[in-house]
Amino acid sequence: MIIGTINDGIVIDHIPAGRAMELYRYLHLDKLDCEVAIIKNAPSNKLGKKDIIKINDKIDVNLEILGFIDPKITVNIIRNGEKADKLHPTLPQRITNVIKCKNPRCITSIEQELPHVFVLTDEEKGIYRCLYCDTKAK
Amino acid sequence: MRHLIDILDLTTEEIDGLILTAQDIMKYPEKYAEKCRGKQLATLFYEPSTRTRLSFESAMLSLGGSTLGFSEAASSSASKGESVADTVRVVSCYADIIAMRHLKEGAPLVASLYSTIPVINAGDGGHNHPTQTLTDLLTIKQEKGTLSGLTIGCCGDLKFGRTVHSLVGAMSRYDNVKFILISPDELKIPESVRSEVLDKKGISYVETNSLEAAMPELDILYMTRVQRERFFNEADYLRLKDSYILTPDKLKTAKKDMAILHPLPRVNEISTAVDSDPRACYFRQVRYGKFIRMALIMKLLEVK
Repeated sequence: MIIGTINDGIVIDHIPAGRAMELYRYLHLDKLDCEVAIIKNAPSNKLGKKDIIKINDKIDVNLEILGFIDPKITVNIIRNGEKADKLHPTLPQRITNVIKCKNPRCITSIEQELPHVFVLTDEEKGIYRCLYCDTKAK
Repeated sequence: MRHLIDILDLTTEEIDGLILTAQDIMKYPEKYAEKCRGKQLATLFYEPSTRTRLSFESAMLSLGGSTLGFSEAASSSASKGESVADTVRVVSCYADIIAMRHLKEGAPLVASLYSTIPVINAGDGGHNHPTQTLTDLLTIKQEKGTLSGLTIGCCGDLKFGRTVHSLVGAMSRYDNVKFILISPDELKIPESVRSEVLDKKGISYVETNSLEAAMPELDILYMTRVQRERFFNEADYLRLKDSYILTPDKLKTAKKDMAILHPLPRVNEISTAVDSDPRACYFRQVRYGKFIRMALIMKLLEVK
């Protein structure tokens, strides 16, 4: 399968297989006018299978969201058809309005204006909990 | 400016300091009678709780201050759809300190993010109830003379019982404390408390269904009520509500100096026949609650 190369843009690589669409939604890539390619189940030496997203434009990618999905994801910045930089996201200390708290007893269940904030409580296991009610993010 | 949302907002040294102040208030109440003259405590109770509200009000009045507030959501602007953030912004203009109880978990934390005066969490759903924990700690200190080296049995609803979650968090910071967690399988302590407090700190604990088996080991027996208001399903409540009932007969194997605590109100989980046992501390516990709240109000208002 051949996907054209990009000249100036971003390649999000090493996405765990099957999670590219989730990332597509979190990063709001549907709002972009440029070409976006989603490659699912590409062969990978490290992971066996992986997903890749190629974006044919220079955009700011929210590295916190990538780190939350999987800190092993890499971001290649492409300029003039060459790899100009490679970024490695880390687990963010907190994420805001990425996922929602599902606890029906949480204050966010009745106050719609509140931001949904999750805080990293266990770096080793990558566990996030709701700032307000401590419910674990799934 | 400081708030008290979670008992772990306070260091062990600060808790020990509050206990010392509360003990001094008990000895010399007249010394403290004017400490908060001219200060106002707003009690924002979106969920009814006579005991906690009266304890806060009594504490403030005993410090020479005054109180204002509401005792249920229906009599507040929440019934008109006002957010917690807006309510505390308004109340911050009238009062000097807020005590808030809310059915929803995290509401007092939201209040603290928008308030310009100190906020005390007076209970948020099944989540936290730090002033009950301070009360429990003062009770244990008064009754046992120490907070270290104790075996503490927590019995009943350990899933929704926020007082248990906060007590486990606070007591796990003292040396050589062991927990015996006694509950039906459906009401076991939440995974978050187990993994992030007990396991993380390497605290010794046992989970069991049997109060009788645990009884001889206990220095403290912390009884809790199975709370009807925390269940979405009435049938589940009815099935579990009588899981553990403490009677004089069950106390026969207990240590002579064991202390029985209960955050109250009780329904039937402690037989009234236990009330006359010298080990029953739960009414003295209520009294201690007022003194520790006095110490806390003074600390947050930075009154010397």
